[in-house]
Amino acid sequence: MKRIMVAFVFFVALLGLWELAAQSGRWSPVLFPSARSVGQYLWGALLDGTLTEAILVTLKRLLVGYAIGVVIGLPLGLLTSASQVLEDTLGSLALGLQTLPSVCWVPLALLWFGQTEAAMLFVVVMGTVWSVIIATNYGARTIPPIYARAARTMGSSGLHLWIRVMLPASLPFLVSGMKQGWAFAWRSLMAAEIFVTILTGFGLGQLLHYGRELQAMDQVIGAMAVIVLIGLLADRILFSPWERFLYRRWGTNVGL
Amino acid sequence: MTASEVPGSSRAKSASVAGPLPNLVVEEVSKWFRTPRATVHALDNISLKVAAGEVVCLVGPSGCGKSTLLDIVAGLTKPDAGRVLENGQLVSGPGQERLVVFQEPSLFPWLDVFGNVMFGLRLCPKLTNAERHEIAHEYLALVGLEKFERVHVHELSGGMKQRVALARALAPDPRVLLMDEPFGALDAMTREHLYDDIQRIWRDSSKTIVFVTHNIREAVCLGDRVLLMSPAPGKIVQAFDIPLSHPRSIYDVELVGHAAHIADALRGKIGGGVRE
Repeated sequence: MKRIMVAFVFFVALLGLWELAAQSGRWSPVLFPSARSVGQYLWGALLDGTLTEAILVTLKRLLVGYAIGVVIGLPLGLLTSASQVLEDTLGSLALGLQTLPSVCWVPLALLWFGQTEAAMLFVVVMGTVWSVIIATNYGARTIPPIYARAARTMGSSGLHLWIRVMLPASLPFLVSGMKQGWAFAWRSLMAAEIFVTILTGFGLGQLLHYGRELQAMDQVIGAMAVIVLIGLLADRILFSPWERFLYRRWGTNVGL
Repeated sequence: MTASEVPGSSRAKSASVAGPLPNLVVEEVSKWFRTPRATVHALDNISLKVAAGEVVCLVGPSGCGKSTLLDIVAGLTKPDAGRVLENGQLVSGPGQERLVVFQEPSLFPWLDVFGNVMFGLRLCPKLTNAERHEIAHEYLALVGLEKFERVHVHELSGGMKQRVALARALAPDPRVLLMDEPFGALDAMTREHLYDDIQRIWRDSSKTIVFVTHNIREAVCLGDRVLLMSPAPGKIVQAFDIPLSHPRSIYDVELVGHAAHIADALRGKIGGGVRE
């Protein structure tokens, strides 16, 4: 409770400082809008539905792209961990492509798919899948072999061994792999939304982009604040419960 | 069932009535490990017989292949030559009639203490769920951890972890119990405490036991027979009967005498070539 209070005071003070700096009149309100005007913009956008619409469009793209990335990445990562040949081939490819900033996929996606949802999805999947493969592969290689040995002596084999032993043993790295994938998916989607102009949906990245075109700084900062907030909430809602569970079970030795 | 009785002891007794047949037979087992740089001859033509209900301790310096031999008996490693028979049947892989207590922490961190003991029991198709729960409670009580059933593994001390591992291995009622330096990572006081407990548990359960250790006094304290192994390549160089009655104390003068005798043999047979 005390920690929440401290954080609350910190952010209120931050907003206060911002407001004071904007009120001082030292900077043009066009370039440095006050906290209040950003708040007013967000409230207005919320009321007329553009903000909710943008959030929904963005979250839909994010969840679909992320889901595809994880569904492809997890099994490939597990396969890579089980085979030296795949490690040398797919593993190296994943490592190489993961270093490519996901915005670099945008030109290719535009040429292949045009200004469509598919282009957007492609960028997100490309941003997600490689990091998930790498994290899963690394994690699966660090499962202590003693777990499988102990389980086999007790009569576990085949599917039972995979579902009852290898899967739970791999939970710590699955969670860290999926968390990393989430971070990459989110960054990729923002890059895609800013650079791919499409008419089928108006997301948060596009809100940001048109804020610049219209020189509406309150919109730019407002969109950024919402993007930060969604990232924070996703971390708290999607991953924190898992991390707490792992910490309870594994103690401090968990490889997160 | 009374508290002093151990589940499954009736079956072990009826098996011993059938005669002193060896339960476990290791026949001319050899093993090589091939690495890119060299081939290591780990085990050289090992043969041994362990009677039903007998406790055999394998002692030897590090690298003499005693853990490899235990792995082969467990079915986790395939021998390059020779074979292992358990209860007259060829060992071709791991199985519930030969359970292992490992030196490394092998409990599953995603399960609590009770869940760990239940893991092997759930793989016994003949038991009902109620029976599984009852057996798990009994064995956790046997190792003195009935109050810790819902505790997570990382919250246990090293000695408690090995007690859970022992309960987990005993619960599915294996004919053979294989112990691979189970107390190697524990402090001396915890270990000595466990010697008393384990002698009590073994006496009641009458399992066939192969116990691997590099601690000669531990071997003499627990074993009916102590087999001394030498390294490079691993082989059994001498066998010692320990005709002392259980429960034994690690400080017993006679026991120390036996241990000294084996230690002398270790120095004499293996000489200066032993590197710990």
